[in-house]
Amino acid sequence: MAKKALELCNVKQKYQAPNGEIIAIENVDFSVDEGEFVSIVGPSGCGKSTLLSIVSGLIKPTEGSVLIYGKKEDSMSPQIGYMLQKDNLLEWRSIYKNVILGLEIRKMLTKENEEYVNELLKTYGLYEFKDKYPSQLSGGMRQRAALIRTLAVKPKILLLDEAFSALDYQTRIAVTDDVYSILKRENKTALIVTHDIPESISMSDRVVVLSKRPSTVRSIVDTHFDIENRSPLKCREQPQFSLYFNQIWRELDVHV
Amino acid sequence: MSMYNKIKETQQKKCNVSKEHINYLKKLRQRKRMIVLIQISIVVLLTVLWEALADVGVIDSFIMSQPSRIVNTFMNLSENELGLHLWVTCYETIVGFLLGVALGTLSAIILWWSPILSKISEPFLVVLNSLPKIALGPVIIIWVGAGTQAIIVMALAISLIVTILEMLNGFINTDTETIKMAQTFNANRMQIFTKIVFPSNIGTLFNSLKVNIGLSLVGVIAGEFLVSKAGLGYLIVYGGQVFKLDLVMTSVIILAVVAAVMYQCVVILEKLFTKTMKHSA
Repeated sequence: MAKKALELCNVKQKYQAPNGEIIAIENVDFSVDEGEFVSIVGPSGCGKSTLLSIVSGLIKPTEGSVLIYGKKEDSMSPQIGYMLQKDNLLEWRSIYKNVILGLEIRKMLTKENEEYVNELLKTYGLYEFKDKYPSQLSGGMRQRAALIRTLAVKPKILLLDEAFSALDYQTRIAVTDDVYSILKRENKTALIVTHDIPESISMSDRVVVLSKRPSTVRSIVDTHFDIENRSPLKCREQPQFSLYFNQIWRELDVHV
Repeated sequence: MSMYNKIKETQQKKCNVSKEHINYLKKLRQRKRMIVLIQISIVVLLTVLWEALADVGVIDSFIMSQPSRIVNTFMNLSENELGLHLWVTCYETIVGFLLGVALGTLSAIILWWSPILSKISEPFLVVLNSLPKIALGPVIIIWVGAGTQAIIVMALAISLIVTILEMLNGFINTDTETIKMAQTFNANRMQIFTKIVFPSNIGTLFNSLKVNIGLSLVGVIAGEFLVSKAGLGYLIVYGGQVFKLDLVMTSVIILAVVAAVMYQCVVILEKLFTKTMKHSA
């Protein structure tokens, strides 16, 4: 059996506000195996992003715990890389300086790690742009730079929080393919939050469907595609794709 | 390499320029030239009118002064102690300005660091901000003594609170997503400040420098009105008291030039800074 990279045990999150308490998440319980890609979908406002922040360690859960490779972490685990919706590249830093920001903050700026960054930049076609500034790059390239910034600190698990939703549709499809292949190539485990059902099916081995608030795991859909060299774009062409879509759609139980 | 590319790019651009574009650029240049021309003519016209009307006696040059008399006074003054007065005012303004920026930014950093402190001090800052600081003149003179130090403190009093409020506002409104990005790398508050919050607010800092250079000058002139032995403010008050309107007008014109030069210095500094920080696309 594969090693468990992530385990969420009975995670509960309550918010306190002057006009009362809000239970955002209740009894969320699932795990992610090493090398697996898992998506979380759910109705808007159901606390998907909160769940990701809890996994990352940015927020402490009210109850329950998150185990990373079987261990409970007190702060942001160095094993976890977090990608946000926007690329958040700093306009006053060159691409290279942007990409090493995480290493700088984590005080890991060694020769060896800088070499690794240069390698990543070369492999993913940004090396010639390392002295350019973010405003000179296209949206897709910016997202790639943000990914390299995350990968530079060598995390084992990647959390993607609507990481592509700020991009226009065409760029988004291309970037999804791009990021998927990079993450697979670097042997990462990924937990992806999205509101885009096709994206969740095409990118992941399993889709966790959350219910409305207080959100719990409604069901977990395994997605199987009998194709070699799986990529999000190829998945979209498969006949099973629409079956999975319908299944998840029913589970989401959307009412307007 | 990049230099070479740039040259190549502009050359290519030159080759591809259409007639319409050349015409467009020409019109743009003409418009700009026309505006400058009109601005200069307004100054010249008003000066000539002033001179002529004073000559024929429509306006009384004793209470309104006259361009030629202003030039004379200026010549006289430059032979005497204009340098000293100019130096005193500039020195006081620059010291007050630098102190205001430094202390204001420092206070803003402390208040950003501690949100509770910031909440506690809010009403005090608001009251201090709306209080006319010139009212503190007599108090300042008694506390720090009549002299240069009182004038500098006056300049500081006028610019400090505005700087604190403006910088704090900038710090607080830093993009939260960018801060979250830094937090995903486990950044501490110090790192968030030095790597994200402060660099994001370089624009705010320069804006507050621009406002402050003017405010410091206001503080210095007000201070010099109250207590001084030299400076442009002293010249203006002295000129008014002995009814030498030529001296008053000359000093005011010099003051206007000083203010413009100081402001331009900040603008140039900003340009240089943004250039070194980021060579633009």
